[in-house]
Amino acid sequence: MTVIHTPTPSGTPACVLGPTPDQVESLAAYRARGGYRADMAPEELLARVEAADLRGHGGAGFPTVVKLRAVRDGAGTAVVVANGEEGEPGSVKDRWLLRARPHLVLDGLTHAARITGADRAYVYLSDPAAAAAVRDALGACDPDPALRVEVVRTEPAYVAGEESAVVRRIDGGPALPTAKPPRPFERGVGGAPTLISNVETLARLALLASDAAATGTVLLTLSGGGLPAAVLTEAPYGVALARLAADHGVLPPSGVLMGGLFGGLLPPSALRLSLDRDLLARAGTGLGCGAIRFLAPDECPVSVAADAVDHLAVESSRQCGVCVSGTRALRDTLVALSEGRCDADGLAALSRWAQGLPGRGACGLLDAAARLAGSLLTGFPDLVDAHRSSPCPTCAATPPSGGHRLRVPVPVPVPVPVPARDPVPNAAATSVTAALPHSPAPACVG
Amino acid sequence: MKLRIDSTRCQGYGECLPPAPGLIELDEWGYAQLLTVELTADQEPSARAAVDSCPNSALRLER
Repeated sequence: MTVIHTPTPSGTPACVLGPTPDQVESLAAYRARGGYRADMAPEELLARVEAADLRGHGGAGFPTVVKLRAVRDGAGTAVVVANGEEGEPGSVKDRWLLRARPHLVLDGLTHAARITGADRAYVYLSDPAAAAAVRDALGACDPDPALRVEVVRTEPAYVAGEESAVVRRIDGGPALPTAKPPRPFERGVGGAPTLISNVETLARLALLASDAAATGTVLLTLSGGGLPAAVLTEAPYGVALARLAADHGVLPPSGVLMGGLFGGLLPPSALRLSLDRDLLARAGTGLGCGAIRFLAPDECPVSVAADAVDHLAVESSRQCGVCVSGTRALRDTLVALSEGRCDADGLAALSRWAQGLPGRGACGLLDAAARLAGSLLTGFPDLVDAHRSSPCPTCAATPPSGGHRLRVPVPVPVPVPVPARDPVPNAAATSVTAALPHSPAPACVG
Repeated sequence: MKLRIDSTRCQGYGECLPPAPGLIELDEWGYAQLLTVELTADQEPSARAAVDSCPNSALRLER
């Protein structure tokens, strides 16, 4: 069971987690917090997005204002998509957000539609509980009569949330990436300029419109590191990884898997880094979707790298020959290393692939696999060398299993607001006990 | 002009290599790998020949 920590020691507001992250937020509660505000001019909100330097929270961290403007200025009527398909095994924040605060996401989607001039909006996801929460929210309120909002389900897969896969699925095809360009902002759903925005990004857009604190923090999924349960939390940018680990009870880790599977596998010295986009980029890593997996003190980084790349090899959509061959070769060589049978040629090949494979697939999956191998070589040279000469007992005890150990369960917020109770700082998520009471659909705006 | 490859279409036939040896190489699995994206004017004819040679239309030129 994943627990939700509403921090923060420094008093930073948990603006996206909100005051009751273990409950499903009702329409009344959301409106009482200033939501579904319709008197915000699109230009003013766009200025706020720019001033706050809102970035995408799906992984790439692209400036949201640039994307909004490009879609608004594209040829034809725009389409907006709330992307809630969270393929990273170590991340739960997007599914939690849709399950617990669907109105916050729908409000952000509505604002994105007003800014871009879209008359069609989609909420794209695979999680059945999230889909039910969004449908209940849409049943309770029609966010904007001028906007048609549709929920599109997909099968869960690592690449299903990649933006070109999102477009293909909404257009009726398989949720598989296509070659770029064009990018969806140029030509997306039905050929229209399309904004595909991560649900946390949209939540922060809605908070900006309601005058709430909206940036300066990031949702994080912390796991591993001897934690009794994974942690969903919200932390301020700038906090050191060491501080974050200590605050949440992580044991001194043997390594850190950053940004889901996209930021590489870093040595313990990376704990001095802080949650700062530029700093992390300079260190050759990134926050990605905010998933950080600390390796337990007795966990071997080689076995984790082999397991993570095994997961990617399994999840390859097998469209690009170079990805099929590349992820398999990376996986097989890392497994050989974990079994003490990787020679100098194998290590040279890993190094060559780490340099040459990024950018060659239609999506970033191959890049992630290459970065995992490359970061293992550069961050753990002595350990890698030791694995060449003799089999590692820890690796032998934890062979690759398609990344099973990387998966984090999604918190289950309770659907009916419970009577006021004492605040519980480490409130554990509990199971769903009842469905949302159905109510007639009042207009939220106007 | 830019030379682009759609990696989902490349089947590793290797037909593109003879027309454009300086622009494309084959990796260890036989898949085409671009050595350059931005083309100079004198590279364009061989790039076009490579585009035309692909049985699966994996290569294209982009303005």
